[in-house]
Amino acid sequence: MKFLVCISNVPDTTTKITFTPDNKEFNKAGVQFVINPWDEYALTRAIELKEAQGSGTVTVLNVGEADTEPNIRKALAIGADDAIRVNAAPKDAWFVAQQIAHYAKEGGYEVILMGKESIDYNGFQVHGMVGELLGIPTVAPAMKLDMSGNTATLEREIEGGKEIVEVAAPFVASCQQPMCEPRIPNMRGIMTARTKPLKVVEAVGEGAATAVAEYQLPPKKQGVKLIDAANAGELIKLLRNEAKVI
Amino acid sequence: MSVLVVVECDKGEVKKSSLEVASYGAQVAQMLGTTATAVAVGEATEANLAALGEQGITKVLFDAEPRLKDFVNGAYTKLIAAAADKEQAKVIVLANSNIGASVGSRLAVRLKASLATNVVELPKTDGGQFTVKRGAFSGKAFADVTLSGDRKIIAVKKNSIEAQHNGGQTAQVESFTAQLSDADFADAPKQVIMQDQAGGILLPEADKVVSGGRGMKGPENWHLIEDLAKALGAATACSKPVSDVDWRPHHEHVGQTGITVSPNLYIACGISGAIQHLAGVNSSKVIVVINKDPEAPFFKAADYGIVGDVFEVLPKLTQAVKELG
Repeated sequence: MKFLVCISNVPDTTTKITFTPDNKEFNKAGVQFVINPWDEYALTRAIELKEAQGSGTVTVLNVGEADTEPNIRKALAIGADDAIRVNAAPKDAWFVAQQIAHYAKEGGYEVILMGKESIDYNGFQVHGMVGELLGIPTVAPAMKLDMSGNTATLEREIEGGKEIVEVAAPFVASCQQPMCEPRIPNMRGIMTARTKPLKVVEAVGEGAATAVAEYQLPPKKQGVKLIDAANAGELIKLLRNEAKVI
Repeated sequence: MSVLVVVECDKGEVKKSSLEVASYGAQVAQMLGTTATAVAVGEATEANLAALGEQGITKVLFDAEPRLKDFVNGAYTKLIAAAADKEQAKVIVLANSNIGASVGSRLAVRLKASLATNVVELPKTDGGQFTVKRGAFSGKAFADVTLSGDRKIIAVKKNSIEAQHNGGQTAQVESFTAQLSDADFADAPKQVIMQDQAGGILLPEADKVVSGGRGMKGPENWHLIEDLAKALGAATACSKPVSDVDWRPHHEHVGQTGITVSPNLYIACGISGAIQHLAGVNSSKVIVVINKDPEAPFFKAADYGIVGDVFEVLPKLTQAVKELG
Protein backbone atom coordinates (compact mmCIF):
# COMPACT_ATOMS: atom_id res chain seq x y z
CA MET A 1 0.00 0.00 0.00
CA LYS A 2 1.21 3.52 -0.75
CA PHE A 3 1.03 5.79 2.29
CA LEU A 4 1.44 9.55 2.10
CA VAL A 5 2.12 11.29 5.41
CA CYS A 6 1.88 15.08 5.48
CA ILE A 7 4.04 16.83 8.05
CA SER A 8 4.23 20.43 9.24
CA ASN A 9 7.27 22.22 10.59
CA VAL A 10 6.19 23.95 13.82
CA PRO A 11 7.77 25.74 16.80
CA ASP A 12 8.66 23.35 19.63
CA THR A 13 5.86 23.08 22.23
CA THR A 14 7.95 24.91 24.86
CA THR A 15 8.34 28.00 22.63
CA LYS A 16 7.40 31.37 24.03
CA ILE A 17 5.43 32.93 21.19
CA THR A 18 6.48 36.39 19.92
CA PHE A 19 5.85 38.26 16.68
CA THR A 20 7.70 40.56 14.29
CA PRO A 21 7.37 44.29 15.20
CA ASP A 22 4.49 44.79 12.74
CA ASN A 23 2.70 41.79 14.33
CA LYS A 24 2.19 40.23 10.92
CA GLU A 25 4.47 37.22 11.29
CA PHE A 26 5.68 34.78 13.90
CA ASN A 27 9.15 35.69 15.11
CA LYS A 28 11.31 32.66 14.23
CA ALA A 29 14.49 34.05 15.80
CA GLY A 30 16.05 31.54 18.17
CA VAL A 31 13.13 29.12 17.87
CA GLN A 32 13.61 25.36 17.60
CA PHE A 33 11.32 23.82 14.97
CA VAL A 34 10.01 20.27 15.25
CA ILE A 35 7.74 17.90 13.35
CA ASN A 36 4.20 18.83 14.40
CA PRO A 37 3.49 16.49 17.36
CA TRP A 38 0.13 15.35 15.92
CA ASP A 39 1.84 14.43 12.62
CA GLU A 40 4.14 12.07 14.51
CA TYR A 41 1.14 9.81 15.18
CA ALA A 42 0.36 9.71 11.46
CA LEU A 43 3.98 8.98 10.56
CA THR A 44 4.55 6.20 13.07
CA ARG A 45 1.20 4.54 12.35
CA ALA A 46 1.88 4.54 8.59
CA ILE A 47 5.25 2.89 9.20
CA GLU A 48 3.68 0.29 11.52
CA LEU A 49 0.98 -0.54 8.97
CA LYS A 50 3.50 -0.83 6.16
CA GLU A 51 5.61 -3.18 8.29
CA ALA A 52 2.55 -5.28 9.14
CA GLN A 53 1.64 -5.54 5.47
CA GLY A 54 5.21 -6.52 4.58
CA SER A 55 5.19 -4.32 1.49
CA GLY A 56 4.41 -0.81 0.37
CA THR A 57 5.97 2.60 0.88
CA VAL A 58 5.66 5.56 3.22
CA THR A 59 6.29 8.94 1.63
CA VAL A 60 6.41 12.13 3.67
CA LEU A 61 5.28 15.40 2.17
CA ASN A 62 5.97 18.85 3.54
CA VAL A 63 4.99 22.23 2.15
CA GLY A 64 7.84 24.47 3.19
CA GLU A 65 11.00 26.28 2.27
CA ALA A 66 14.48 24.74 2.46
CA ASP A 67 14.72 25.35 6.24
CA THR A 68 12.24 22.50 6.87
CA GLU A 69 14.60 19.86 5.47
CA PRO A 70 16.15 18.87 8.84
CA ASN A 71 12.70 17.78 10.03
CA ILE A 72 11.96 16.00 6.74
CA ARG A 73 15.24 14.09 7.22
CA LYS A 74 14.12 13.30 10.76
CA ALA A 75 10.91 11.77 9.37
CA LEU A 76 13.04 9.68 7.00
CA ALA A 77 15.19 8.63 9.96
CA ILE A 78 12.07 7.53 11.85
CA GLY A 79 11.30 5.20 8.95
CA ALA A 80 9.69 6.89 5.94
CA ASP A 81 11.06 5.68 2.60
CA ASP A 82 11.20 8.92 0.64
CA ALA A 83 10.06 12.52 0.81
CA ILE A 84 8.58 15.33 -1.22
CA ARG A 85 9.08 18.97 -0.32
CA VAL A 86 6.80 21.45 -2.06
CA ASN A 87 9.04 24.48 -2.21
CA ALA A 88 6.80 27.24 -0.86
CA ALA A 89 5.88 28.85 2.43
CA PRO A 90 2.61 27.29 3.68
CA LYS A 91 0.41 30.36 3.22
CA ASP A 92 -2.84 28.91 4.54
CA ALA A 93 -4.77 25.64 4.77
CA TRP A 94 -6.30 26.01 1.29
CA PHE A 95 -2.89 26.57 -0.28
CA VAL A 96 -1.39 23.56 1.52
CA ALA A 97 -4.38 21.32 0.73
CA GLN A 98 -4.05 22.02 -2.99
CA GLN A 99 -0.40 20.95 -2.93
CA ILE A 100 -1.16 17.73 -1.04
CA ALA A 101 -4.11 16.84 -3.28
CA HIS A 102 -2.10 17.46 -6.44
CA TYR A 103 0.94 15.41 -5.43
CA ALA A 104 -1.19 12.69 -3.80
CA LYS A 105 -3.05 12.22 -7.05
CA GLU A 106 0.08 12.35 -9.16
CA GLY A 107 1.78 9.70 -7.00
CA GLY A 108 -1.30 7.46 -6.73
CA TYR A 109 -1.24 7.35 -2.92
CA GLU A 110 -3.93 5.21 -1.33
CA VAL A 111 -3.82 6.27 2.32
CA ILE A 112 -3.22 9.95 3.13
CA LEU A 113 -2.46 10.63 6.78
CA MET A 114 -1.67 13.76 8.72
CA GLY A 115 -1.95 15.07 12.26
CA LYS A 116 -5.24 16.35 13.61
CA GLU A 117 -4.05 19.93 13.21
CA SER A 118 -0.80 21.88 13.39
CA ILE A 119 0.05 23.28 16.82
CA ASP A 120 0.85 26.70 15.33
CA TYR A 121 -2.10 27.53 13.09
CA ASN A 122 -4.58 25.06 14.72
CA GLY A 123 -6.70 25.03 11.60
CA PHE A 124 -8.06 21.46 11.61
CA GLN A 125 -8.87 22.12 7.94
CA VAL A 126 -6.33 20.52 5.61
CA HIS A 127 -7.63 16.92 5.87
CA GLY A 128 -11.17 17.87 4.84
CA MET A 129 -9.99 20.08 2.00
CA VAL A 130 -7.73 17.33 0.62
CA GLY A 131 -10.55 14.77 0.88
CA GLU A 132 -12.94 17.09 -0.91
CA LEU A 133 -10.42 17.97 -3.64
CA LEU A 134 -9.80 14.28 -4.30
CA GLY A 135 -13.44 13.27 -3.83
CA ILE A 136 -12.58 10.65 -1.17
CA PRO A 137 -13.75 10.15 2.45
CA THR A 138 -12.12 11.96 5.36
CA VAL A 139 -12.02 10.63 8.90
CA ALA A 140 -11.05 13.32 11.40
CA PRO A 141 -9.84 13.21 14.08
CA ALA A 142 -8.92 9.53 14.18
CA MET A 143 -7.78 7.92 17.43
CA LYS A 144 -7.23 4.46 15.98
CA LEU A 145 -6.47 3.11 12.52
CA ASP A 146 -6.26 -0.53 11.44
CA MET A 147 -6.09 -1.90 7.90
CA SER A 148 -7.28 -5.19 6.54
CA GLY A 149 -6.60 -5.45 2.84
CA ASN A 150 -8.06 -2.35 1.26
CA THR A 151 -10.38 -1.58 4.16
CA ALA A 152 -9.55 0.64 7.10
CA THR A 153 -11.29 0.58 10.47
CA LEU A 154 -10.97 3.83 12.35
CA GLU A 155 -12.14 5.36 15.59
CA ARG A 156 -13.29 8.90 14.99
CA GLU A 157 -13.54 11.13 18.06
CA ILE A 158 -16.77 13.08 18.38
CA GLU A 159 -17.71 15.31 21.31
CA GLY A 160 -18.37 12.96 24.22
CA GLY A 161 -17.55 9.72 22.46
CA LYS A 162 -16.38 8.00 19.34
CA GLU A 163 -17.64 6.48 16.12
CA ILE A 164 -16.29 3.27 14.61
CA VAL A 165 -15.95 3.95 10.89
CA GLU A 166 -14.99 1.62 8.05
CA VAL A 167 -13.78 3.09 4.78
CA ALA A 168 -12.11 1.65 1.70
CA ALA A 169 -8.88 3.19 0.41
CA PRO A 170 -8.27 5.78 -0.90
CA PHE A 171 -9.12 7.95 2.10
CA VAL A 172 -7.74 10.74 4.27
CA ALA A 173 -7.39 10.53 8.05
CA SER A 174 -6.16 13.10 10.54
CA CYS A 175 -4.52 11.42 13.48
CA GLN A 176 -4.21 11.94 17.21
CA GLN A 177 -3.44 9.95 20.34
CA PRO A 178 -3.79 7.19 21.39
CA MET A 179 -3.24 5.87 17.86
CA CYS A 180 0.31 4.69 18.54
CA GLU A 181 3.47 5.48 20.46
CA PRO A 182 5.38 7.89 18.19
CA ARG A 183 8.82 6.55 17.33
CA ILE A 184 12.07 8.43 17.65
CA PRO A 185 14.94 7.99 15.21
CA ASN A 186 17.64 5.42 16.00
CA MET A 187 21.25 5.63 14.86
CA ARG A 188 20.76 3.32 11.89
CA GLY A 189 17.74 5.35 10.81
CA ILE A 190 19.70 8.59 11.02
CA MET A 191 22.50 7.11 8.87
CA THR A 192 20.17 5.73 6.17
CA ALA A 193 18.03 8.89 6.11
CA ARG A 194 20.90 10.84 4.57
CA THR A 195 20.70 8.90 1.34
CA LYS A 196 16.93 8.45 1.05
CA PRO A 197 15.34 10.36 -1.86
CA LEU A 198 14.03 13.85 -1.07
CA LYS A 199 12.39 15.38 -4.11
CA VAL A 200 11.83 19.14 -4.28
CA VAL A 201 8.86 20.20 -6.40
CA GLU A 202 7.19 23.50 -7.20
CA ALA A 203 3.87 24.74 -5.83
CA VAL A 204 0.72 24.42 -7.93
CA GLY A 205 -2.82 25.79 -7.89
CA GLU A 206 -4.30 28.99 -6.58
CA GLY A 207 -2.97 31.20 -3.81
CA ALA A 208 -4.35 31.52 -0.32
CA ALA A 209 -8.03 32.13 0.57
CA THR A 210 -7.22 33.84 3.86
CA ALA A 211 -4.55 36.20 5.17
CA VAL A 212 -3.38 37.08 8.67
CA ALA A 213 -3.86 40.82 9.19
CA GLU A 214 -2.34 40.84 12.66
CA TYR A 215 -1.27 38.56 15.51
CA GLN A 216 -1.91 39.40 19.14
CA LEU A 217 -0.87 37.94 22.46
CA PRO A 218 -3.57 37.25 25.05
CA PRO A 219 -4.12 40.01 27.62
CA LYS A 220 -1.94 39.65 30.70
CA LYS A 221 -3.54 38.49 33.95
CA GLN A 222 -3.96 41.15 36.65
CA GLY A 223 -2.08 39.08 39.20
CA VAL A 224 -3.18 36.29 41.47
CA LYS A 225 -5.28 36.88 44.59
CA LEU A 226 -4.10 34.43 47.24
CA ILE A 227 -6.43 32.89 49.77
CA ASP A 228 -5.17 31.30 52.98
CA ALA A 229 -5.35 27.48 52.83
CA ALA A 230 -6.77 27.33 56.35
CA ASN A 231 -9.69 29.43 55.18
CA ALA A 232 -10.13 27.78 51.77
CA GLY A 233 -13.93 28.13 51.80
CA GLU A 234 -13.43 31.88 51.34
CA LEU A 235 -12.44 31.13 47.73
CA ILE A 236 -15.91 29.79 46.95
CA LYS A 237 -17.48 33.02 48.25
CA LEU A 238 -15.16 35.08 46.05
CA LEU A 239 -16.01 32.97 43.02
CA ARG A 240 -19.69 33.60 43.62
CA ASN A 241 -19.71 37.23 44.76
CA GLU A 242 -16.65 38.77 43.11
CA ALA A 243 -15.87 36.71 39.99
CA LYS A 244 -19.54 35.69 39.59
CA VAL A 245 -18.71 32.39 37.92
CA ILE A 246 -20.57 29.99 40.23
CA MET B 1 -28.33 36.52 0.55
CA SER B 2 -28.52 35.22 4.08
CA VAL B 3 -26.54 33.72 6.92
CA LEU B 4 -26.73 29.94 7.36
CA VAL B 5 -26.12 28.47 10.79
CA VAL B 6 -25.33 24.78 11.27
CA VAL B 7 -26.94 23.47 14.46
CA GLU B 8 -25.78 20.18 15.99
CA CYS B 9 -28.35 18.23 18.00
CA ASP B 10 -27.96 15.25 20.29
CA LYS B 11 -30.75 13.15 21.84
CA GLY B 12 -33.28 15.75 20.74
CA GLU B 13 -31.50 18.70 22.35
CA VAL B 14 -29.64 21.48 20.56
CA LYS B 15 -26.04 21.42 21.86
CA LYS B 16 -25.00 24.39 23.96
CA SER B 17 -22.20 25.23 21.51
CA SER B 18 -24.81 25.32 18.73
CA LEU B 19 -26.98 27.77 20.69
CA GLU B 20 -23.90 29.99 20.79
CA VAL B 21 -23.39 29.49 17.06
CA ALA B 22 -27.03 30.39 16.41
CA SER B 23 -26.62 33.62 18.36
CA TYR B 24 -23.41 34.38 16.50
CA GLY B 25 -25.09 33.79 13.14
CA ALA B 26 -28.10 35.94 14.05
CA GLN B 27 -25.79 38.79 15.05
CA VAL B 28 -23.82 38.49 11.81
CA ALA B 29 -27.11 38.53 9.89
CA GLN B 30 -28.08 41.72 11.68
CA MET B 31 -24.73 43.32 10.79
CA LEU B 32 -25.29 42.40 7.13
CA GLY B 33 -28.93 43.46 7.12
CA THR B 34 -30.30 39.99 6.45
CA THR B 35 -31.82 37.02 8.29
CA ALA B 36 -30.32 33.85 9.72
CA THR B 37 -31.54 30.39 8.74
CA ALA B 38 -30.39 27.24 10.51
CA VAL B 39 -29.84 23.77 9.13
CA ALA B 40 -30.04 21.12 11.84
CA VAL B 41 -28.07 17.86 11.96
CA GLY B 42 -28.25 14.99 14.43
CA GLU B 43 -31.20 13.81 16.47
CA ALA B 44 -33.56 16.77 16.91
CA THR B 45 -37.12 17.50 17.98
CA GLU B 46 -39.30 20.03 16.19
CA ALA B 47 -40.04 21.90 19.43
CA ASN B 48 -36.36 22.36 20.24
CA LEU B 49 -35.61 23.53 16.71
CA ALA B 50 -38.50 26.01 16.79
CA ALA B 51 -37.05 27.35 20.06
CA LEU B 52 -33.99 28.56 18.10
CA GLY B 53 -36.13 31.66 17.53
CA GLU B 54 -34.88 32.64 20.99
CA GLN B 55 -31.40 32.98 19.50
CA GLY B 56 -32.68 35.04 16.58
CA ILE B 57 -33.07 32.29 13.96
CA THR B 58 -36.09 32.80 11.68
CA LYS B 59 -36.19 29.46 9.87
CA VAL B 60 -34.80 25.98 10.50
CA LEU B 61 -34.23 23.38 7.77
CA PHE B 62 -34.27 19.79 8.95
CA ASP B 63 -33.93 16.44 7.21
CA ALA B 64 -35.41 13.64 9.34
CA GLU B 65 -33.51 10.93 7.39
CA PRO B 66 -32.59 8.40 10.16
CA ARG B 67 -29.06 7.83 8.84
CA LEU B 68 -28.30 11.51 9.60
CA LYS B 69 -28.71 11.03 13.37
CA ASP B 70 -25.04 10.12 13.69
CA PHE B 71 -22.22 12.15 12.25
CA VAL B 72 -21.39 11.29 8.62
CA ASN B 73 -18.95 13.75 7.09
CA GLY B 74 -19.90 13.10 3.45
CA ALA B 75 -23.67 13.31 3.92
CA TYR B 76 -23.55 16.28 6.31
CA THR B 77 -21.39 18.18 3.84
CA LYS B 78 -23.82 17.56 0.99
CA LEU B 79 -26.87 18.47 3.06
CA ILE B 80 -25.36 21.72 4.34
CA ALA B 81 -24.04 22.66 0.89
CA ALA B 82 -27.56 22.19 -0.51
CA ALA B 83 -29.00 24.35 2.28
CA ALA B 84 -26.37 27.03 1.61
CA ASP B 85 -27.31 27.10 -2.07
CA LYS B 86 -31.06 27.15 -1.35
CA GLU B 87 -30.63 30.07 1.04
CA GLN B 88 -27.95 31.75 -1.12
CA ALA B 89 -25.90 31.98 2.03
CA LYS B 90 -22.86 34.25 1.91
CA VAL B 91 -21.82 33.43 5.47
CA ILE B 92 -22.03 29.98 7.02
CA VAL B 93 -21.47 29.59 10.75
CA LEU B 94 -20.75 26.31 12.54
CA ALA B 95 -19.36 25.14 15.87
CA ASN B 96 -15.62 24.60 16.05
CA SER B 97 -16.33 21.03 17.11
CA ASN B 98 -14.93 17.84 15.60
CA ILE B 99 -18.15 17.62 13.63
CA GLY B 100 -18.49 21.30 12.68
CA ALA B 101 -14.90 21.88 11.68
CA SER B 102 -14.66 18.57 9.78
CA VAL B 103 -17.68 19.49 7.71
CA GLY B 104 -16.52 23.11 7.40
CA SER B 105 -13.26 22.13 5.73
CA ARG B 106 -15.01 20.04 3.05
CA LEU B 107 -17.64 22.72 2.56
CA ALA B 108 -14.97 25.39 2.01
CA VAL B 109 -13.76 23.52 -1.07
CA ARG B 110 -17.21 22.59 -2.35
CA LEU B 111 -18.60 26.13 -2.00
CA LYS B 112 -15.32 27.87 -2.93
CA ALA B 113 -15.48 29.70 0.38
CA SER B 114 -12.82 31.14 2.70
CA LEU B 115 -12.75 29.31 6.02
CA ALA B 116 -11.70 30.42 9.49
CA THR B 117 -11.82 27.92 12.37
CA ASN B 118 -11.39 28.50 16.12
CA VAL B 119 -13.02 31.96 15.85
CA VAL B 120 -13.52 33.81 19.15
CA GLU B 121 -15.31 37.07 18.26
CA LEU B 122 -17.90 38.53 15.92
CA PRO B 123 -16.45 39.60 12.55
CA LYS B 124 -15.37 43.14 11.70
CA THR B 125 -16.55 44.41 8.35
CA ASP B 126 -14.89 47.85 8.13
CA GLY B 127 -13.53 49.10 4.81
CA GLY B 128 -14.98 46.25 2.76
CA GLN B 129 -12.78 43.69 4.57
CA PHE B 130 -14.24 40.77 6.44
CA THR B 131 -11.98 39.99 9.40
CA VAL B 132 -12.36 37.53 12.25
CA LYS B 133 -10.25 36.92 15.34
CA ARG B 134 -9.19 33.31 15.86
CA GLY B 135 -7.07 31.43 18.38
CA ALA B 136 -3.62 30.36 17.16
CA PHE B 137 -0.45 28.79 18.55
CA SER B 138 -2.57 26.46 20.65
CA GLY B 139 -4.02 29.20 22.81
CA LYS B 140 -0.77 31.17 23.14
CA ALA B 141 -1.92 33.90 20.68
CA PHE B 142 -4.70 35.25 18.50
CA ALA B 143 -4.71 36.11 14.81
CA ASP B 144 -6.96 38.56 12.98
CA VAL B 145 -7.66 36.79 9.70
CA THR B 146 -9.10 38.38 6.57
CA LEU B 147 -11.38 36.14 4.51
CA SER B 148 -11.16 37.08 0.85
CA GLY B 149 -13.71 34.72 -0.73
CA ASP B 150 -17.16 35.78 -1.82
CA ARG B 151 -18.51 33.18 0.61
CA LYS B 152 -17.22 32.82 4.14
CA ILE B 153 -17.35 29.92 6.60
CA ILE B 154 -16.75 30.58 10.27
CA ALA B 155 -16.28 27.88 12.92
CA VAL B 156 -16.89 29.46 16.33
CA LYS B 157 -14.94 28.27 19.36
CA LYS B 158 -17.09 27.06 22.23
CA ASN B 159 -17.85 29.46 25.04
CA SER B 160 -16.57 32.49 23.08
CA ILE B 161 -20.00 33.98 22.46
CA GLU B 162 -22.85 34.00 24.90
CA ALA B 163 -26.06 32.33 23.69
CA GLN B 164 -28.76 35.02 23.66
CA HIS B 165 -32.35 34.52 24.73
CA ASN B 166 -34.70 36.95 23.07
CA GLY B 167 -37.77 35.50 24.71
CA GLY B 168 -40.86 34.13 23.10
CA GLN B 169 -39.70 34.03 19.48
CA THR B 170 -40.05 30.80 17.55
CA ALA B 171 -38.45 29.76 14.29
CA GLN B 172 -40.34 28.15 11.47
CA VAL B 173 -39.23 24.53 11.00
CA GLU B 174 -39.21 23.28 7.40
CA SER B 175 -38.51 19.80 6.22
CA PHE B 176 -35.59 19.81 3.83
CA THR B 177 -33.68 17.20 1.94
CA ALA B 178 -30.68 16.92 -0.34
CA GLN B 179 -30.27 14.21 -2.97
CA LEU B 180 -28.24 11.91 -0.75
CA SER B 181 -26.84 8.74 -2.29
CA ASP B 182 -25.18 5.72 -0.65
CA ALA B 183 -21.78 7.15 -1.62
CA ASP B 184 -22.45 10.10 0.70
CA PHE B 185 -22.63 7.62 3.58
CA ALA B 186 -19.20 6.05 2.88
CA ASP B 187 -17.96 7.20 6.29
CA ALA B 188 -21.16 6.35 8.19
CA PRO B 189 -20.33 4.86 11.60
CA LYS B 190 -20.75 1.13 12.16
CA GLN B 191 -21.07 1.84 15.84
CA VAL B 192 -21.22 4.87 18.15
CA ILE B 193 -19.76 4.59 21.64
CA MET B 194 -20.40 7.40 24.08
CA GLN B 195 -18.24 7.92 27.17
CA ASP B 196 -19.48 7.56 30.69
CA GLN B 197 -19.21 11.07 31.98
CA ALA B 198 -19.11 11.71 35.70
CA GLY B 199 -22.22 13.80 36.29
CA GLY B 200 -22.94 13.79 32.57
CA ILE B 201 -20.95 16.93 31.80
CA LEU B 202 -18.79 16.82 28.69
CA LEU B 203 -15.42 18.50 29.02
CA PRO B 204 -15.52 20.33 25.66
CA GLU B 205 -18.96 21.78 26.45
CA ALA B 206 -18.35 22.56 30.12
CA ASP B 207 -18.72 26.00 31.76
CA LYS B 208 -16.65 24.88 34.72
CA VAL B 209 -13.75 22.47 34.86
CA VAL B 210 -11.90 20.89 37.80
CA SER B 211 -8.57 19.51 36.69
CA GLY B 212 -5.93 17.41 38.45
CA GLY B 213 -2.21 16.95 37.91
CA ARG B 214 0.54 14.75 39.25
CA GLY B 215 0.13 16.48 42.61
CA MET B 216 -2.95 14.28 43.07
CA LYS B 217 -0.46 11.41 43.58
CA GLY B 218 -2.60 8.67 42.01
CA PRO B 219 -5.91 7.77 40.37
CA GLU B 220 -7.28 6.54 43.72
CA ASN B 221 -7.42 10.16 44.91
CA TRP B 222 -9.53 11.38 41.98
CA HIS B 223 -12.71 11.23 44.07
CA LEU B 224 -11.55 14.55 45.58
CA ILE B 225 -11.60 16.12 42.10
CA GLU B 226 -14.88 14.42 41.22
CA ASP B 227 -16.59 15.50 44.46
CA LEU B 228 -15.77 19.16 43.86
CA ALA B 229 -16.72 18.86 40.18
CA LYS B 230 -20.04 17.28 41.09
CA ALA B 231 -20.83 19.95 43.68
CA LEU B 232 -20.04 22.70 41.14
CA GLY B 233 -21.67 21.01 38.15
CA ALA B 234 -18.24 20.95 36.50
CA ALA B 235 -16.48 18.54 34.16
CA THR B 236 -13.24 16.84 35.19
CA ALA B 237 -9.94 17.13 33.34
CA CYS B 238 -6.26 16.36 33.81
CA SER B 239 -2.73 17.33 32.75
CA LYS B 240 -0.67 15.46 30.15
CA PRO B 241 1.54 13.50 32.62
CA VAL B 242 -1.62 12.16 34.25
CA SER B 243 -3.08 10.84 30.99
CA ASP B 244 0.37 9.60 29.88
CA VAL B 245 0.51 7.26 32.90
CA ASP B 246 -3.15 6.27 32.40
CA TRP B 247 -4.44 7.65 35.67
CA ARG B 248 -7.12 9.27 33.53
CA PRO B 249 -8.32 8.72 29.94
CA HIS B 250 -6.64 10.76 27.22
CA HIS B 251 -9.86 12.59 26.30
CA GLU B 252 -9.55 14.42 29.64
CA HIS B 253 -6.06 15.68 28.78
CA VAL B 254 -6.07 19.46 28.53
CA GLY B 255 -3.13 21.24 26.93
CA GLN B 256 -1.29 22.00 23.73
CA THR B 257 -1.45 18.42 22.43
CA GLY B 258 -4.70 17.57 24.18
CA ILE B 259 -7.85 19.59 24.08
CA THR B 260 -8.12 23.32 24.53
CA VAL B 261 -10.85 24.47 26.87
CA SER B 262 -12.28 27.93 27.51
CA PRO B 263 -14.67 27.58 30.45
CA ASN B 264 -15.79 30.38 32.75
CA LEU B 265 -13.99 28.68 35.62
CA TYR B 266 -10.93 26.41 35.53
CA ILE B 267 -9.69 24.99 38.83
CA ALA B 268 -6.22 23.40 38.62
CA CYS B 269 -5.31 21.07 41.47
CA GLY B 270 -1.72 19.92 41.84
CA ILE B 271 -0.75 21.08 38.35
CA SER B 272 2.50 23.06 38.16
CA GLY B 273 1.57 24.90 34.98
CA ALA B 274 3.97 23.89 32.22
CA ILE B 275 3.73 26.17 29.17
CA GLN B 276 2.04 23.37 27.17
CA HIS B 277 -0.69 23.02 29.78
CA LEU B 278 -1.23 26.79 30.05
CA ALA B 279 -1.72 26.89 26.28
CA GLY B 280 -4.75 24.67 26.66
CA VAL B 281 -6.45 26.69 29.41
CA ASN B 282 -5.43 30.33 29.17
CA SER B 283 -8.60 31.45 27.43
CA SER B 284 -10.57 30.38 30.52
CA LYS B 285 -12.30 33.40 32.06
CA VAL B 286 -11.28 32.71 35.68
CA ILE B 287 -8.40 30.42 36.65
CA VAL B 288 -7.94 29.07 40.19
CA VAL B 289 -4.72 27.31 41.12
CA ILE B 290 -4.25 25.08 44.17
CA ASN B 291 -0.68 23.93 44.67
CA LYS B 292 1.55 23.39 47.68
CA ASP B 293 4.52 24.92 45.85
CA PRO B 294 4.27 28.73 46.01
CA GLU B 295 6.77 28.91 43.11
CA ALA B 296 4.56 26.87 40.73
CA PRO B 297 4.48 28.80 37.42
CA PHE B 298 0.70 28.33 37.20
CA PHE B 299 0.16 31.02 39.89
CA LYS B 300 1.39 33.64 37.38
CA ALA B 301 -1.49 32.73 35.06
CA ALA B 302 -4.09 32.49 37.81
CA ASP B 303 -6.79 34.86 39.07
CA TYR B 304 -7.13 33.16 42.45
CA GLY B 305 -4.71 30.87 44.21
CA ILE B 306 -4.36 28.77 47.32
CA VAL B 307 -0.90 27.71 48.41
CA GLY B 308 -1.66 24.48 50.21
CA ASP B 309 -2.09 20.74 50.16
CA VAL B 310 -4.76 19.64 47.68
CA PHE B 311 -5.75 16.79 50.00
CA GLU B 312 -6.74 19.28 52.68
CA VAL B 313 -8.00 22.10 50.48
CA LEU B 314 -10.28 20.17 48.09
CA PRO B 315 -12.65 18.73 50.74
CA LYS B 316 -12.99 22.22 52.25
CA LEU B 317 -13.91 23.68 48.87
CA THR B 318 -16.45 20.92 48.21
CA GLN B 319 -17.98 21.54 51.62
CA ALA B 320 -18.11 25.32 51.01
CA VAL B 321 -19.88 24.81 47.67
CA LYS B 322 -22.47 22.55 49.30
CA GLU B 323 -23.06 25.19 51.98
CA LEU B 324 -23.77 27.80 49.31
CA GLY B 325 -26.89 25.86 48.41
